[in-house]
Amino acid sequence: MLSSKVINESHGQDSSYFLGWQEYEKNPFHETLNPSGIVQMGLAENQLSFDLIESWLDDHPEVLGLKKNEESVFKHLALFQDYHGLPAFKDAMAKFMEKIRGSKVKFNANKMVLTAGSTSANETLMFCLANPGDAFLIPAPYYPGFDRDLKWRTGVEIVPIHCVSSNGYKITKEALEDAYERAHKLNLNVKGVLITNPSNPLGTSTTRGELDLLLTFTSAKKIHMVSDEIYSGTVFDSPEFTSVLEVAKDKNMDLDEKIHVVYSLSKDLGLPGFRVGLIYSNNEKVVSAATKMSSFGLISSQTQHLLANLLSDERFTTKYLEVNRKRLRERRDRLVSGLKKAGIGCLKSNGGLFCWVDLRHLLKSNTFEAEHSLWTKIVCEVGLNISPGSSCHSDEPGWFRVCFANMSDQTLGVAMDRVHGFVEAMVMNTNHGKQKRTMWDSRRRSLINKWVSKLSSVQCESER
Amino acid sequence: MKQLSTKVTSNAHGQDSSYFLGWEEYEKNPYDEIKNPNGIIQMGLAENQLCFDLIETWLAKNPDAAGLKKDGQSIFKELALFQDYHGLPEFKKALAEFMEEIRGNRVTFDPRKIVLAAGSTSANETLMFCLAEPGEAFLLPTPYYPGFDRDLKWRTGAEIVPIHCSSSNGFQITESALQQAYQQAQKLDLNVKGILVTNPSNPLGTMLTRRELNLLVDFITSKNIHLISDEIYSGTVFGFEQFVSVMDVLKDKKLENTEVSKRVHVVYSLSKDLGLPGFRVGAIYSNDEMVVSAATKMSSFGLVSSQTQYLLSALLSDKKFTGTYLNENKKRLKIRQRQLVSGLEAAGVTCLKSNAGLFCWVDMRHLLDTNTFEAELELWKKIVYEVKLNISPGSSCHCTEPGWFRVCFANMSEETLDLAMKRLKEYVESTDSNRLISKSSHERIKSLRKRTVSNWVFRVSWTDRVPDER
Repeated sequence: MLSSKVINESHGQDSSYFLGWQEYEKNPFHETLNPSGIVQMGLAENQLSFDLIESWLDDHPEVLGLKKNEESVFKHLALFQDYHGLPAFKDAMAKFMEKIRGSKVKFNANKMVLTAGSTSANETLMFCLANPGDAFLIPAPYYPGFDRDLKWRTGVEIVPIHCVSSNGYKITKEALEDAYERAHKLNLNVKGVLITNPSNPLGTSTTRGELDLLLTFTSAKKIHMVSDEIYSGTVFDSPEFTSVLEVAKDKNMDLDEKIHVVYSLSKDLGLPGFRVGLIYSNNEKVVSAATKMSSFGLISSQTQHLLANLLSDERFTTKYLEVNRKRLRERRDRLVSGLKKAGIGCLKSNGGLFCWVDLRHLLKSNTFEAEHSLWTKIVCEVGLNISPGSSCHSDEPGWFRVCFANMSDQTLGVAMDRVHGFVEAMVMNTNHGKQKRTMWDSRRRSLINKWVSKLSSVQCESER
Repeated sequence: MKQLSTKVTSNAHGQDSSYFLGWEEYEKNPYDEIKNPNGIIQMGLAENQLCFDLIETWLAKNPDAAGLKKDGQSIFKELALFQDYHGLPEFKKALAEFMEEIRGNRVTFDPRKIVLAAGSTSANETLMFCLAEPGEAFLLPTPYYPGFDRDLKWRTGAEIVPIHCSSSNGFQITESALQQAYQQAQKLDLNVKGILVTNPSNPLGTMLTRRELNLLVDFITSKNIHLISDEIYSGTVFGFEQFVSVMDVLKDKKLENTEVSKRVHVVYSLSKDLGLPGFRVGAIYSNDEMVVSAATKMSSFGLVSSQTQYLLSALLSDKKFTGTYLNENKKRLKIRQRQLVSGLEAAGVTCLKSNAGLFCWVDMRHLLDTNTFEAELELWKKIVYEVKLNISPGSSCHCTEPGWFRVCFANMSEETLDLAMKRLKEYVESTDSNRLISKSSHERIKSLRKRTVSNWVFRVSWTDRVPDER
């Protein structure tokens, strides 16, 4: 009766990524109303700079009020369903994207296709670039949502490019070739590579070297390069953000018809509810087809109007990007030092709304089962919803994505306290076991050596 | 190796149809009362521009709705973060109640069975993804909305098999037409998954009768297939009869909460009734939990902006507004339709008797040179380029009989509609006189021939009419 898309559960939403979310929904932390609830650290939202936007809105009430020069623009917007998008909005987006890239790249509004979020943009690109059964190579670990966004209704396959912690997850030529080979062994026609830069879940930006390598690879194989740059405005540390388009320019590939960029305002501006995404492509056929496809997910004209005005204000955008970056870096530093105090390290990051945290030392065994059981403990006992690496298709157990920009300072403090508490308990339990053994050895020794050694003891026999 | 998908390289988006091409011509030379009085008048766009004043008045009285405030407090942050594909609860509740109000509160809609989508364009495609595999078919009564070729087929791989309806019975759906369509699908080796109807109909402007609705429900019951009822024009019914929804029929046949009711799905939108196509607000309503669940996840690909959900939840929760709006909308649509119908009559042109929608289904068969679609296209070109009216030819709507055109009336001012009718009248009259002239020339030649044959015997009678130059 129903399609296989409904019956098979290829929407990918049974992954732990979404299940942790569900646990959180049942028992959400609230400072006053539910202080023992689960703290949401699995949601990559940017809540740090709303005040800047709200104050802009207060200064420009006519924008929300759908007025321009005292004239109502309501009727015009109510009727505006042109899938080419509001010209003023596309221009403003182009400028904003250029600013994020330090004006090193120019964006032409005619090569832009607006979509209801990057979720829609990514799916639309797949519909344009690949047939059912074709494959895209994606560096793992990657955003769990891709399994739904790129594969579900399109019939496209994902083949992971294995990246490992031993080299900071850098994409290597060998890993690319290996992924390509594996796809072929699976009889899959590779249509392109898709990267997220900066990376979700790693929080690191792709280096120039990697981008160069990627473009050389895709060019040689005559396949597409899709760069999802939705976190580009969150790069707060060196190295500076480098867009694939910048490297393409250096390689004289800036008009290459097989390079496509995806953007969104959900992360940089913290506006996931407004559904604002886009595809940028030099390929006329792609732009033309994607524009028609955008009929299935247009951006509300009311929202296009609001953001056209907000983003055309250069003073606002300059200030916003600067302050946003600063706050993100401070928040990241707090998380990193909080974790460090608990003896936990993370991958050195320079962007994003999360850290890629190393909990391998807390695993009972170097397996994904152990990772899952640690994760369950962390969600249910510690009360922190974090995302296990397996849900991001990580190759090595024990890594977790922990978000830091979707909560208040106080809540982050509570989360860190809980982490300390949890780790201490684990250490003490381990030490307690260790202590017991040491004591018996000593007693044996003293029994053997009678009056000779003095015991040094740690006061951790107290029960938690 | 092909670089792009076949969806891009084939022309399966259906946008080469004349429906869209006429639109393009209009864009090149659009009528404007002052700036371009000789331009093309857009009568191919089914928009409802008649009641914006009512909404604008409401917005002025309720600034918090657009101002993203609740009880004077800013809720910007909450809305900015709200991306839950279950939708804003207040909005779904208000939408459900609005849909009930349109149906005279005879049926109830459960907000939990509503899936929001970015317009009915998105809703219809999503339903196809949920109900049909690539290569499976839905039956659609002709004539139908040209956009369906793209919306239902393009990315889904589903097929459309037409249910042929004819002017001989007012384009009503008959049992034999249904059976024929079903058999045709089987001949083409296509598995039929369901029927999709638009009620009220685009392009006909008529409502499905109870008889037709009963027929449809009986048919899907016996064939064990789905029925999608696209009711996006339900709030534009301006005739004396009430709108009868497929939900009414399910209730009357006591089929609510049965297995059959799980196969009946309704699509709605605010683009036509409220005239808000730019805001992208559509919905699927289904009694099938699995469909609701899957469609909800799929709606991630086309969510309604939370900013817009909030504005509309406030607007539609105001029952005083909705009651007044629906009444006034009906009144104004009725007047405007009358204006079109009488304008056409003055030009000797009739249309299908309609009681809903934003357009009339106009009979121009008598203006065709021949009873062919080539002649229809010729006539259409003349009307677009010479008469300067963009109307939609029946062939673009898959009508089986040449000579019918959809003409919109709610997307322009009274004065513009007047002008359009004048232009049409002039054209028809000049065509008539051309015909008479060529008729009389033909007769003269015949007579001359006779005279030369019979010399001084006969006198030729001819009329004194001299053709007007356009």
